[in-house]
Amino acid sequence: MLEIQNLHVYYGGIHALHGISLSVPAGKIVALLGANGAGKSSTLRTIMGIVKPTQGTIELEGQSLLGMKPFDIVKQGVALVPEGRRVFTNLTVYENLALGAYTRTDREEVRREVAEVYALFPRLEEREKQSAGTLSGGEQQMLALGRALMSQPRLLMIDEPSLGLAPVLSQGVLRRLKELNEKSGQTILLIEQNARAALSIADYAYILETGEIRLKGSAADLAQSDEVRRTYLGVH
Amino acid sequence: MTFDQLLQNLANGISLGALYALIAIGYTMVYGILRLINFAHGDIVMIGAYAAFYGVAMFILPWWISFPLAILLTTGLGMIIERVAYRPLREYPRINLFTSAVAVSFLLENLANVIFGGRPKAFERPAFMNEMITIGNTQVVSYTPFIIITAVVLFGGLLYIVNRTKVGMAMRALSKDIEATGLMGINTDRIILFSFMLGSALAAAGGILWATKFPQINPWMGVMPGLKAFIAAVLGGIGNITGAVIGGFLLGLTEIMVVAFFPSLSGYRDAFAYTILILLLLFRPTGIMGEMQAEKV
Repeated sequence: MLEIQNLHVYYGGIHALHGISLSVPAGKIVALLGANGAGKSSTLRTIMGIVKPTQGTIELEGQSLLGMKPFDIVKQGVALVPEGRRVFTNLTVYENLALGAYTRTDREEVRREVAEVYALFPRLEEREKQSAGTLSGGEQQMLALGRALMSQPRLLMIDEPSLGLAPVLSQGVLRRLKELNEKSGQTILLIEQNARAALSIADYAYILETGEIRLKGSAADLAQSDEVRRTYLGVH
Repeated sequence: MTFDQLLQNLANGISLGALYALIAIGYTMVYGILRLINFAHGDIVMIGAYAAFYGVAMFILPWWISFPLAILLTTGLGMIIERVAYRPLREYPRINLFTSAVAVSFLLENLANVIFGGRPKAFERPAFMNEMITIGNTQVVSYTPFIIITAVVLFGGLLYIVNRTKVGMAMRALSKDIEATGLMGINTDRIILFSFMLGSALAAAGGILWATKFPQINPWMGVMPGLKAFIAAVLGGIGNITGAVIGGFLLGLTEIMVVAFFPSLSGYRDAFAYTILILLLLFRPTGIMGEMQAEKV
């Protein structure tokens, strides 16, 4: 579904991505792993059009996303749950979800979509009239995820869903992602600090190191690899 | 002071406050979204007044065509300013944007000086605004209720747009997080332009109404109202629209009442506005409606 070839990104004078190539097949979960500063977030932000690459191609089902603004890329069917969730804390839970469906004009359809998100995260329905700022971190993560789903993305990208969450909660979020993938075939590109958890739900994974892809393969293989076990899973 | 005088002063204070509030909204909206103090906003007020003046004086249009047309033209100018002077600078350091705003302000004032002339012009009120209204022993000229009613209708319309419409929801989201708003598939450039449109329209209306209250217009007439309205916006909590309205009324009423109760202090009228501002900021730095920003990790 998503094909990236030889992507180079500079931030000011810093060479953040050194020719990254990766592909996300339809209906699969792909995880991007690596230490802080490895270029995971830069990759997602570049796909989303927030950061402009100096070189390389990004194609969604054969169509190039290069040069598009973020809001156009959303219309192409890509959604990003940004790092730190960034829900609109001054708006209600319902309004946050409605914004996620901003591009759609059919009210009935939006209502149906909201109902689907509520079915996935019943907690959000209980709090629909509350301002999003009153939600706990875990609930905000659910809201950010629900908001992204409102645009019915072909490709859902998530930047560190478990950041700042208690381990139990982060397990819960990852399990929801897996369910979403299994039930409705949602394609997901995921960044996750917790490599073990990520490998347990992903189909494929890429390991980034200082802007380059260090390792790639099926999640099951990587979870078995000595190098990964030593460096990322903390097994000696 | 008699009760009737008090009522008269109240009417006067409320109408002045309504004008401050109309202008303050533009400051607060632009600040809320771009964290920019639009120094040219006061000059938009001036352009609105001139446009209405020429519509009546030069093109002999009736006021009910000239005034809305003036608002329309001035709104267009506000949108052009955003597009030309602010949008290209948005991703650079904030100081560039501020400098550009100051430059636009001087540009408008000096253009007005060259094109309209520096000598003050007498703004002719429509006849219906010149009538003396007597209620009991209280007398007001009809422009005062006209200003108040128009302003209240405009506030209502604005609050409806911001709180009840889809584009208003996008504006509120934008004021929180521009990038995240773009991630919703919302064309953020368009929403920012729309905010400038609303702010300029209200400023133009404010300028025209200002000219009906103080019927002499000159190229620098927007400076003082602009400054006062900015104070009103800060008093109310900059970034907050309801706060700007409250701040506007508070400032207008205080200015008039201080002079009404202490006539000997009338020379210090403007000093009061700034003293209130300093005191309020000392005790409540975020303004009346402003929230303390608490970061959630």
